[in-house]
Amino acid sequence: MSTPHMIAPRTPRGREQAAPADRQLDLLPLPSKEEEAAAAPPSAPPAAAEPALAPAMAVPDGSAAAPPKRRATAEQMAQKQREISISEFFTKNRHLLGFDNPSKALLTAVKEAVDNSLDACEEAGILPEVRVEIGELPGGRYRVAVEDNGPGIVKAQIPKVFGKLLYGSKFHRLKQSRGQQGIGISAAVMYGQLTTGKAAVVVSKTGRGRPAHHFEIQLDTRKNAPVVLRDEEIPLEKDHGTRVEIELVADWLHGQRSLTRYLEQTALANPHAAFTYLRPGAEAIVFPRASSEPPKEAVEIKPHPHGVELGALMLMLSESKARGLGAFLCQEFSRVSSRLADEICDRAQLPRTRRPSSLDRAQAEALHRAIGETRIMAPPLSCLSPIGDELVRKGLINFLSVTEADAPDPEAGGGAEEPGRGRGGAEAAEERAPDEPPDPEVARIKGQTFFIATVTRPPRVYRGNPFQVEVGLAHGGNWPADRPIELYRFANRVPLLFQRSACGMTDAIVKTDWRNYLLSQPKGALPVGPMVLLVHIASVWVPFTSESKEAVAHYPEIIKEIQLAAQECGRKLAAHIRRRQHADYEAKRRSIFELYIRELAHSLHGLTGRPEDRIEKKLLALAKGFTGGEEDGRPERVENEEGEEPPARAPSPPEDEAE
Amino acid sequence: MDATSRKTTQKLVKLAEDVVAQASAGRNPAVEVPTRSLANVRFNEKKRIIELGGDKQKRLFFNVAQAKKFMQTFLVGAACRELIAEGKTTSIRDLYYLTKHTLGKTKQNTFEEQEESDPIIEDLEVTVDALREELHLFASNKGNLVGEITLVDSGDTIDARRMGSGGWGVPSIVEADVIQFKRHEAKFVLLVEKDAVFRRLNEDRFWKKHHCILIHGGGQPPRGVRRLVHRLHDELSLPVYVLVDNDPWGFYIYSVVKQGSINLAYESMRMAVPRARFLGLSSFDKERFGLPDNVTIQMTEDDERRGKQMLAYPWFEQKPWRREIERMLKSGVKLEIEALSSMGISFITDEYLPKKLREGDWLE
Repeated sequence: MSTPHMIAPRTPRGREQAAPADRQLDLLPLPSKEEEAAAAPPSAPPAAAEPALAPAMAVPDGSAAAPPKRRATAEQMAQKQREISISEFFTKNRHLLGFDNPSKALLTAVKEAVDNSLDACEEAGILPEVRVEIGELPGGRYRVAVEDNGPGIVKAQIPKVFGKLLYGSKFHRLKQSRGQQGIGISAAVMYGQLTTGKAAVVVSKTGRGRPAHHFEIQLDTRKNAPVVLRDEEIPLEKDHGTRVEIELVADWLHGQRSLTRYLEQTALANPHAAFTYLRPGAEAIVFPRASSEPPKEAVEIKPHPHGVELGALMLMLSESKARGLGAFLCQEFSRVSSRLADEICDRAQLPRTRRPSSLDRAQAEALHRAIGETRIMAPPLSCLSPIGDELVRKGLINFLSVTEADAPDPEAGGGAEEPGRGRGGAEAAEERAPDEPPDPEVARIKGQTFFIATVTRPPRVYRGNPFQVEVGLAHGGNWPADRPIELYRFANRVPLLFQRSACGMTDAIVKTDWRNYLLSQPKGALPVGPMVLLVHIASVWVPFTSESKEAVAHYPEIIKEIQLAAQECGRKLAAHIRRRQHADYEAKRRSIFELYIRELAHSLHGLTGRPEDRIEKKLLALAKGFTGGEEDGRPERVENEEGEEPPARAPSPPEDEAE
Repeated sequence: MDATSRKTTQKLVKLAEDVVAQASAGRNPAVEVPTRSLANVRFNEKKRIIELGGDKQKRLFFNVAQAKKFMQTFLVGAACRELIAEGKTTSIRDLYYLTKHTLGKTKQNTFEEQEESDPIIEDLEVTVDALREELHLFASNKGNLVGEITLVDSGDTIDARRMGSGGWGVPSIVEADVIQFKRHEAKFVLLVEKDAVFRRLNEDRFWKKHHCILIHGGGQPPRGVRRLVHRLHDELSLPVYVLVDNDPWGFYIYSVVKQGSINLAYESMRMAVPRARFLGLSSFDKERFGLPDNVTIQMTEDDERRGKQMLAYPWFEQKPWRREIERMLKSGVKLEIEALSSMGISFITDEYLPKKLREGDWLE
């Protein structure tokens, strides 16, 4: 156990191994914390468990006076027991998938479709062009249509992709992608079907010269299988792409804001994508592509040995086609050389030639333990595709240019508040001196000045999973200076709009001391200031707290990385704020001088008879030179006028002989 | 225009020309203002007056802390030049209004209040080495005079023996071209701190009985009063006695009359009377004249601090003075001149002053 580790999966695993013992101890009548912490010796649990079981068995005997009448026999009950289809489960538990209420349904449906579009385009190496249309229908119904220029879906797969839950390509691989389980879009289809009874319409074309397929798909919730109502070939102008249309009951009034937010932020985190958003009762929004550089392709990797849990390992062992244990370890995992595989086998006291599927539970556990005790190189990081400093910056600029200045975070509540409090944008712009050195991190957008800083951290690993954190911020403009900052959370380029306070990312930002970076910050809250902060975590496996993927779990490794990135951004921000304060000061100085120059020129003219305008010009020319910061602005000697004065007779001021 | 006015005008113009030249040379325009602070005054042991030292403070235009004062200096300078050219003289309050106006479209004024413009005038005086009179400025009148003297004020003959209860108002400018002494029977000058004491002594015709000139300065005596006292002492060889409250402020008034002030150290030569005598109230007078305890006033912390400060002044170094100040500090109380009235309304006229003068009970 004391073997040093290159990476740190030891702690969680250690906890899991201890778990059975803990659970048994929990059955003890009065388990105290100290006893738990003492981690009883291996022999203790069985002995200790017995007294715990005994009272439980004794309960029926004690209350035997009036035995309750049996209502049903095991056989009768067996008749009612049957398999629950995954679709049925989710029909009842739609909140798990983000369809809790009509206002959120709209967003979730769009989100699932857009995520799929972006994933597909990325994998195919296409710069995405996504069109989102919301059409209002009578009776509180809406038609959601999402169309992309992606690679398209082959005919045979279309029904399953859209009409079967848990069907997808992304679940079984370790690669950074937006979607993961293959639930999302079919859940949206299912929700539409539940609320309107209408089938989803899917049109897809895979390439030039090929036909486009038009499908109408429903979902058989009993069987979790697609039902194709219509399947025909239609002509389509574009070369490739997919369009999905779902009719559903939704609450546009309350849902529109988060939907707009989602699209804005998606555009922000995907600067290589172009979005068009058509909506009822308002102008279309177009997010142009901010960069024509497609994101780095995320490479699929094998799992890292330190990230695998015992059950998963057993499954892998039983399914492996490898001949021996050594080959199994080398083939199924990343970073395992044959020398390292030997080391693991030796430590587990298993021959390396042993067939993987022949291991029993105890042996598998020994192998699992041996893996944990072996030093293994950190997983390859090529599986990650961060947005990148430059693109985060471009995304922010694009975002600031397009977004409508309106409401704060959907969760924060409160009505739309027009900015304009705090510093006026125009004024801020005018203050800038023409001779001020240009600040590369300052962007002028829509007549307003923003400071933009971005930080991409080097990749790190939690529990064998590589991840990478990026933080970007935009500060300034005419955003209110007395309200909490806007925190935008992203996981694999997908904006997280809900459960802000439950999210580890929020936690990391709240626990960063922003007062060090010249922002005010109430205790235990987000900092206050005219700022948007973007936090992105890219990982092959983002640890969400639930299947609706709205919050990231509090892993210390992740929180630490976010804080480091935030601090780095914060330092840049503080430097900017200081520069800014200095520039303001210089501008103020200049304006003071300009004010006095006119007076002085007039007086000098009166005294010398020289032309006033010539004197004024000379002084104005000098003023520019003297407000560049060379003069330190301090009197060379402070006048000592109050050092020694006659004793003042309060309250009248000293008269002396000044009159 | 007389020679003095021409000379003063030249000085003002030169100051401005220097600034224009500096600006033309691309330098930060600066004027050198002799520092009017304790650090830059010296007590001249021989002459026993306070003199201004050689320290000068550079006042830069392109310096946030100094730009306004710089501008104000020339604003005042230009106004004075105009006054001289027109042959008019005005009060410093007038000058304040004359030069006060709003700057551009701001809410700022060239001067916000007179307290701001007065020191600028003093700065200009020392900078161009011209007296206030030479700049055609005067302060508002303060201080009155009665006594056995006849003088001429701007051509009008003033008989100071016939000035009623208020006395003749001492003008701000009392130079020889304005005030001439014609005739006098006075044997000394008595300068009292307050108007109230002046009235009491005048009503009692103290000056007639003791053949003196009685002057008050309404607290700290203004330049006009100090200059006049200086001239009376200097030209008519009259000894000067000073009667002030027994507190640090009173002592300070005496010291200003005697050797000049820090603020106007550059005028000490023309104003100080090094041989002025401190007649009272002494810290020992309460015992000597049997004044009741209830007439004293508790010293404040400020008084105490000032008292201790005064102990450090070179002109209060002599032993009798140290005794005075130490005694006052020790007792922790101060005494106003009016406290003498507790012994009778004319106690001061009939007993206190005559006794002091008779016995030579003063400090120098």
